[in-house]
Amino acid sequence: MSFTEEEKYQKLKTIVASYLPDDVTADAIQMESNFTTALNINSANLVDIVLDVEDAFDIMLENEDMDGMLTVKDALLIIDKKIAEK
Amino acid sequence: MKNRVVVTGLGVCAPNGVGISAFAKALEEGKSGIRHFTELEQLNFSCQVAGKPNIKNINLNNYFSNVQLKGLDSSGLIYGVIAGLDAWKDASLEKGNSNDAPDWDSGILFGTGILGVDKFRESIYKVDEGNVRRLGSTSVIQTMASGISAYLGGILGCGNQVTTNSSACTTGTEAILMGFERIKAGKVKRMLVGSCSDSGPYVWGGFDAMRILPRKYNDNPQAASRPMSAAASGFVPGSGAGALVLESLESALERGATIYGEVLGGAVNSGGQRSGGSMTAPNNEAVQRCIREAIINSGISTKDIDAINGHLTATSKDATEIKNWSKALERSGSDFPYINSFKGHFGHCLAAAGSIECVGTLLQLKQQKVFGNLNSEDLHPEINQIIAANKVPQETIPYPLHSIAKASFGFGDVNACVIFGNYIN
Repeated sequence: MSFTEEEKYQKLKTIVASYLPDDVTADAIQMESNFTTALNINSANLVDIVLDVEDAFDIMLENEDMDGMLTVKDALLIIDKKIAEK
Repeated sequence: MKNRVVVTGLGVCAPNGVGISAFAKALEEGKSGIRHFTELEQLNFSCQVAGKPNIKNINLNNYFSNVQLKGLDSSGLIYGVIAGLDAWKDASLEKGNSNDAPDWDSGILFGTGILGVDKFRESIYKVDEGNVRRLGSTSVIQTMASGISAYLGGILGCGNQVTTNSSACTTGTEAILMGFERIKAGKVKRMLVGSCSDSGPYVWGGFDAMRILPRKYNDNPQAASRPMSAAASGFVPGSGAGALVLESLESALERGATIYGEVLGGAVNSGGQRSGGSMTAPNNEAVQRCIREAIINSGISTKDIDAINGHLTATSKDATEIKNWSKALERSGSDFPYINSFKGHFGHCLAAAGSIECVGTLLQLKQQKVFGNLNSEDLHPEINQIIAANKVPQETIPYPLHSIAKASFGFGDVNACVIFGNYIN
């Protein structure tokens, strides 16, 4: 499976959007958005985002990968790295 | 000065009605909520009938956020949140906004027996497959017993005590009394109290295995739950949730809240699993003491009880319960109060039974009616020896009700009895 950069971004955006609090809209998701501080996502839900990312991109993230995943951009970089390692 | 405590909101998610108006109508008209479940038949259950709230037409988005709804697989939690938030709304109280400070004057005491068994099953499979990393973030919060009070507490923003009690089939009635005590003691203005119980084979299976459920009504589900009947052959397992907003009279009057009734008092005790009491059977002396203490605690006398909503699960022990009421009240024959059991309508909702039935009891008080029993027309002869048959109404009757006693008894030989009174200004 290969994805264009835009496809990856859109896929990630869809996943992230499903964990937004009801008072935050998907438009708020930008490349530099911090998941917890900017988008107000509950930190416990980062675990669920990781699982959904694994399913969507057929990759597996380690605990350390998750620690470095603070923003949308961080997540995309990790996804790229994991796809490249496959 | 001890606070008087009144009921200002009700919510319910019952097998025969979700929401107060549907539930009140179902009780008044004798509508059963007991159905046959193909799933139970396929799993070789002896008893394939049960009570399960129908929430198909309920928009869960009115109760949960989109994130909360993801992977939500805890039926008791869903019923509890529906009943709890409905009761809060019924009391004309607002949900706190997420940016507001906690409401320090409001607390939650919401019980359960076991929570989120379906979610727990899903987790167990993943753990056994060596896939614990795939559990997701909600397996704990959906299966911890206090998940129900935690969800409600977060949604409403309550800042007083937020906790969960558990005492088997006594849970709901006990929760009401614990909330009542806290308000009476002046530690809080209002408490959302109630209880919930999951649906499904993993909850009901253990009771089926104990051979205490009726086996002969799989093709006639609505006749299966027969409280006080000569043909009673076991309780029909149920599920759901009931919720009440309890409030100090002062706070209720200040807000101009609608008052359903007053909690006059109550008592909880245990028979110690001694003198005939056991893990599964009550010590009769303890039951009688509990009822008497509840009446004394309420500051009324036994002759003031106008009606009883019994525990009366539809087993052969119902006659023993009637005997206990009769001894505790020192009333029998046609001097005995009207008595009913809602379990004929929706089965035994286990940890949720006490709260759902208390909601029904308060509706009786509000409407000044005694709701008719279902499937009790063939009254057990031993019961008829103690009380007059017309004290077990088969149809709903209007009747002036000043105070009603409601009791619940549970595994572990635990008892709770609450007395509700008509609120008189």
